Amino acid sequence: MSITADTVKHVANLARLKLDERELAPLVQQLSNILGLVEQLKELDTEAVTPMSHALDMPIPERPDLVVPISTREAMLANAPDTEQGYFRVPKIIE
Amino acid sequence: MDPTQLSLVQAHAWLSSRQISARELTAAFLERIDRLNPRINAYITVDREGAMAAAQRADDRFRNGTATPLTGIPIGVKDLFCTENLTTTCGSKMLARFRPPYESTVTRKLKEAGAVILGKTNMDEFAMGSSNETSFFGPVRNPWDTERIPGGSSGGSAAALAARMAMATIGSDTGGSIRQPAALTGLTGLKPTYGRISRFGMIAFASSLDQAGPMTWTAEDAAIMLRVLAGHDPKDSTSIQAEVPDYVNTLVNRLDGLRIGIPEEYFPDSLDRETRHALEEAQQVLRDLGASMVSVSLPHTRYAIPTYYIIAPAEASSNLARYDGIRFGYRCEDPKDLKDLYTRTRSEGFGAEVKRRIMLGTYVLSSGYYDAYYRKAQKVRRLIARDFQDVYTGVDLLLTPTTPGTAFPLGEKKDDPVAMYLSDIFTINVNLAGLPGLSLPCGRDHQGLPIGMQLIAPVLKEERLLAAAHAFQSATPWHQRKPEL
Amino acid sequence: MTYDPNYETVIGLEVHAQMVTRSKIFCGCSTTFGAEPNQQVCPVCAAFPGVLPVLNSELVSMAIKTGLAIQGSIRTRSEFARKNYFYPDLPAGYQISQFELPIIEHGQLHIVTDDGVRKRIGITRIHMEVDAGKSVHEGIQGASWIDLNRTGTPLLEIVSEPDLRSAQEAGEYLKKLRSILRYLQVCDGNMEEGSFRCDANVSVRKLGQTAFGTRTELKNLNSIRNVMRAIEYEAERQIDSLESGGRIVQETRLWDANQNTSRPMRGKEEAHDYRYFPEPDLPPLVIAQERIDTIARQLPELPDAKAERYRNDLGLSEYDAGVLTSSREMAMFFEETVSRGAQPKAAANWISVELLGRLNRGGMEIEQSKVTPEQLGRLLALMQNNEISGKMAKQIFDIMFESGGDPDTIVQEHGFKQVSDTAAIAAIVDQVLADNPLQVQQYREGKTKVMGFLVGQIMKATQGKANPASVNAILQEKLSG
Repeated sequence: MSITADTVKHVANLARLKLDERELAPLVQQLSNILGLVEQLKELDTEAVTPMSHALDMPIPERPDLVVPISTREAMLANAPDTEQGYFRVPKIIE
Repeated sequence: MDPTQLSLVQAHAWLSSRQISARELTAAFLERIDRLNPRINAYITVDREGAMAAAQRADDRFRNGTATPLTGIPIGVKDLFCTENLTTTCGSKMLARFRPPYESTVTRKLKEAGAVILGKTNMDEFAMGSSNETSFFGPVRNPWDTERIPGGSSGGSAAALAARMAMATIGSDTGGSIRQPAALTGLTGLKPTYGRISRFGMIAFASSLDQAGPMTWTAEDAAIMLRVLAGHDPKDSTSIQAEVPDYVNTLVNRLDGLRIGIPEEYFPDSLDRETRHALEEAQQVLRDLGASMVSVSLPHTRYAIPTYYIIAPAEASSNLARYDGIRFGYRCEDPKDLKDLYTRTRSEGFGAEVKRRIMLGTYVLSSGYYDAYYRKAQKVRRLIARDFQDVYTGVDLLLTPTTPGTAFPLGEKKDDPVAMYLSDIFTINVNLAGLPGLSLPCGRDHQGLPIGMQLIAPVLKEERLLAAAHAFQSATPWHQRKPEL
Repeated sequence: MTYDPNYETVIGLEVHAQMVTRSKIFCGCSTTFGAEPNQQVCPVCAAFPGVLPVLNSELVSMAIKTGLAIQGSIRTRSEFARKNYFYPDLPAGYQISQFELPIIEHGQLHIVTDDGVRKRIGITRIHMEVDAGKSVHEGIQGASWIDLNRTGTPLLEIVSEPDLRSAQEAGEYLKKLRSILRYLQVCDGNMEEGSFRCDANVSVRKLGQTAFGTRTELKNLNSIRNVMRAIEYEAERQIDSLESGGRIVQETRLWDANQNTSRPMRGKEEAHDYRYFPEPDLPPLVIAQERIDTIARQLPELPDAKAERYRNDLGLSEYDAGVLTSSREMAMFFEETVSRGAQPKAAANWISVELLGRLNRGGMEIEQSKVTPEQLGRLLALMQNNEISGKMAKQIFDIMFESGGDPDTIVQEHGFKQVSDTAAIAAIVDQVLADNPLQVQQYREGKTKVMGFLVGQIMKATQGKANPASVNAILQEKLSG
């Protein structure tokens, strides 16, 4: 399975990554190699197999509906690169 | 005797009998870190003040009778466990200045037991790597040969312990990240059952595979650590609700009646000759201890790498979407708009391997490819897990090599991801099946580099792993070898 | 507005209803509306590194309740999934939602269409998910601000089948759905505050055509009226476009209520591939049948069942039963009024005509009424016991509506007491008959219409306080005597 440069660019856009031309070619090659490895799976018949999305089969635990405040606004904003008047600040959002 | 050479159990005896104070012990380790860390690069952050304050509290606990087996024990913690107000980088430029406003359950439990956290150990960026060369803070060097890699991604935790810059360390293991570096540095490394130790506050790589665990000199030390770390956590919905046994009490010196399976797929022709030889000798030791060896087969073994390299990057691509430069972490200079903020922050903040895996994971989940890749991999994952279930009807444990060979030179596989990924070939299945696995030293190659072997147990049978490893260590000297530094 | 009878509009609605849990879906932060920005935020809902979600049990119960109320099937094993996209108000870069295995499927509710026909509207699915935060744009130079207080508030997304055929039907569906959620007390249904939101999928097709046309998704519809206006506008836009030889582009459009128009949305939609996959941090949700049964037993009586009971047991008209069950508050008001001794039909009439008429004129909801059901019940009881006349009752009701107060007190203070004393009334009747011999004669010659005039004179003499029934009886007796 090989992957095209256009596909790689599309995927980079989905992942919000920017690739310059220098990074692109090796990445296309590496991803193709990895996907080549993955091709092996096709030889297995898995029609009747249930997908496994968790390592162990256990039900979800539920917690009671209680308000437990654990953080102050100051603590939540302390790591932010840009804040203003108690908000996180970002470049203008255009809808 | 130099207190930094003690095992955890020995150090506890010294502390209990006031042969040494926790402050003296901590100071000795800090001094050793100062001397050796520049060569090894095992620590990203050393918390001198915090460590000395914790040592002071530990001494108080010995005085007032509230000490535990971990009180005053100097420990290094992989830098993906969030520590309140102590920088937690995950080996990435993205989090180089991140100071969590919360504590991971693992470090909280260590602190509550009175352990002294010396600092945060180096690691592959976001735990993605098998050689510790992807860290933003530079590669970690193997104390046995500083031109070689220590393994990854918990390479800092392995190297710190091997160089005696900690008495025990904490790692995390998504595809072998505790066991593989433990093997390459001559240590005992335990990856418990998925969900045995809480993941709360442990920065996620691949959520359905990640599991924290201890790295120690001996199985006995590992048993003490696991006793503290294991247990249900209401903050982690995937943590197991089961009693935690006293792993120290279940340690034994004989293995009479124990049936150990030798899976043929783990001994391919390509296996390093010296590793094969060491494993054969180890089997003889185990027979002498009373165990019997049974040849078994895990037919889907060879699909582990492709399965893993779909599932882990897929989960990672989503887990790492939160690094957007808005609430914490790196942000690019002068973003011109929102899209620019995202793409430049992420492109500048993540290293090449992380980006590669995000790309791979995004691709396999994307429209039109999900069924062919992700769903397929999840189905094969079940086949792999079933292999183990089937084989455990006839055996109690499995014995395999931990790695295909000993520590390789720095840079050797850095630009060949596929070759790098293949170095996890014996450890990945264990994560996919959610099982506990333990690596312990069982020999050395002609260059003196450690060789590791892996024991794999059924779900929640960590005591079986620890008992077998302890018995093996009672009969062999490998875990006592130390690198010359 | 041009209306082309050759076309049919096909509408499906996606409703996002905020559940009124005290804490957020996956953490202990409060869900209260209107706090200072980022005051109700913690590392979990703000998606800091390494934190994990833990499910709020109350939300699951609310989802089950809702599922039962719309006669849906409840999955005993459902699954959370991640919906991946980048947006500043979505801190994790993914929304925890449900995808392949939602908690509820195959539900329905019934609406009454314009022509009075009862129509079934299918509900494809209901799933649980987290709400996003809010961004502030206005008045900020070159930047937007992010407030994560709302992030992690639990939502039910309720997806209808494309069974709706007009803006009117869409409006009726929303009113019915909102009323059910309010009856269940799981959602406050406030569209302005955003606790009940609606997106509409709209397409048009030629009558008789079976395939669906290309649809567009309408957003920013913050009232039922706007939903209806936006659908009407969109249907017309699509028909115009098709009639002039154009094609419909599948897109998301933002409704602008001020301009009465819509425009294509930018930004979020650019790369539209959500890469759903099962949420690895949350094991499957397994619901015991016992839990469903327990919740089913505690389910309140819902509007349709109530309306049926009002018709069959209380003898109300279809219209009155519909009005009185349109909201939980209204039905409670009615039932409380009846429990105070009012006859059901009278209570229904007074609530739907007198009370709602006055409330509507004042743009008020029944919760804002100064008249309590206890007071209305008492007022109607006084009237039924002939202690006041119907005319007095209306006057008293006016005072109660304007200023509040207990009917007994008003009767006393304003001297509304009706005269039912037969001897006293008889004396006045005698007097009136004596004063109006001409009319008495006319009556006896067969012009019975003058009866009304005589009654009027008697009421005038008693300042309206005479019991009309007594007056009629006595007058009749005297005239024929």
